[in-house]
Amino acid sequence: MNINLTLIAQAIMFAIFIWFTARFIWPPLMNAVERRQKTIADGLAAAEQGNRSLKEAEVRVQTIEREARAKAQAIMADTEKRATAMIEEAKVQAKTEGGRLLAAAKAEVGQEVERAKATLREQVANLAVIGAEQILKREVNSGAHAEMLNRLKAQL
Amino acid sequence: MTAETAEQAVEHAAEHVLTPSSYIGHHLTFLEKPVGEGGFWILNLDSLITGGILGILVFGFMYWVVRGATAEVPDRRQAFVELCVEFINDQVKGLFHKDISFVAPLALTVFLWVLFMNAMDFLPADYVAKGLTAIGVPEFRIVPTSDVNTTFALALSVWLLMIFFSIKVKGFGGFIHELFCAPFGVKPLWAAPLLMVFNTLFNLIEYISKPLSHSLRLFGNMYAGEIIFLLLWVWAATGLAGTIFGGLLGAGWAIFHILIVVLHAYIFMMLTVVYISMAHEHH
Repeated sequence: MNINLTLIAQAIMFAIFIWFTARFIWPPLMNAVERRQKTIADGLAAAEQGNRSLKEAEVRVQTIEREARAKAQAIMADTEKRATAMIEEAKVQAKTEGGRLLAAAKAEVGQEVERAKATLREQVANLAVIGAEQILKREVNSGAHAEMLNRLKAQL
Repeated sequence: MTAETAEQAVEHAAEHVLTPSSYIGHHLTFLEKPVGEGGFWILNLDSLITGGILGILVFGFMYWVVRGATAEVPDRRQAFVELCVEFINDQVKGLFHKDISFVAPLALTVFLWVLFMNAMDFLPADYVAKGLTAIGVPEFRIVPTSDVNTTFALALSVWLLMIFFSIKVKGFGGFIHELFCAPFGVKPLWAAPLLMVFNTLFNLIEYISKPLSHSLRLFGNMYAGEIIFLLLWVWAATGLAGTIFGGLLGAGWAIFHILIVVLHAYIFMMLTVVYISMAHEHH
């Protein structure tokens, strides 16, 4: 183990290797590693962000759903109420109309009856006058007894 | 030893002169190339070549992966490299609380390079030696970190960086001040000269012991590991039973050595970071 020029030669070689590593190996590799670390960190942050917004969206969706359901229920209840009201109204209207029609029919019938009675009375009166004329032929003056006959007609 | 085997041994020795010490000595001989006069001007080509090839392979592979690196989903290759780099990054961040843009790549370089240089211990020494002898390289030490020059080169580089950062952070004045006035301070003014002597001694010892312990810890462990492998392989010279036991124990030691190899690469890296981190601290 004697020291010789090898020492200096090896030291020079060592210096060259250090320079080479520090210049061409370490910086680019660490650069790549750090860039990748940043990419991964960014990706994780983005995933976290995505998760959070997904949760937010879910909450929003639930709110909207609840609101929509409540609105639909309100609309249904309203519609039912309105339908009931319409049915009731229609019933009332129908009843009124029916009553009116009945009354009109009754009135018409009454008028018909009155008219038939009047005609009948007239015809009876005429018949009576004709009969009386037949019976009384001469004695009875139709002109003189017209007043009495009309009174009789009214009594019938 | 019977006469017959002794005769054989003598015959054997006469052919190759292969004794345990020559075997081990052979495996512990560097491929040296003198480049000038004197004992210092020698290059251990084996350490340099193995270290260089490993560094080029490892950092070339890293560069190849990094060049195709993407910030999107990484492929398996990139994921593996990122795993290593993230591991180093975490370790450094745990120890060093300032700008790590230089210290972290330094730690990565130290860890990977030392790890792979240590791992050369797993290559079967004799196969490598036979192969290299066949192509005309009789002596070659395959583990650069069991060469004290390599570990000292690393430790002294770290030591210089330590001093550089100490001066950079505290200024030259602050560095000198700390050399004389830390860690005991100069508070009772009457004792100041004495305290300054102690401070200086303390700092000197620290500055000397740091690179020594840093480099020798790695060197010692790798050298010892190599020697133990060689001793186990020497057993194979005693016959079939020795070969089998040597193989079994060698496998056991290799498994244990995986731990040592990784552990010492890790320790070397951590100490590097700790020393440079300490250089940033004010006293």
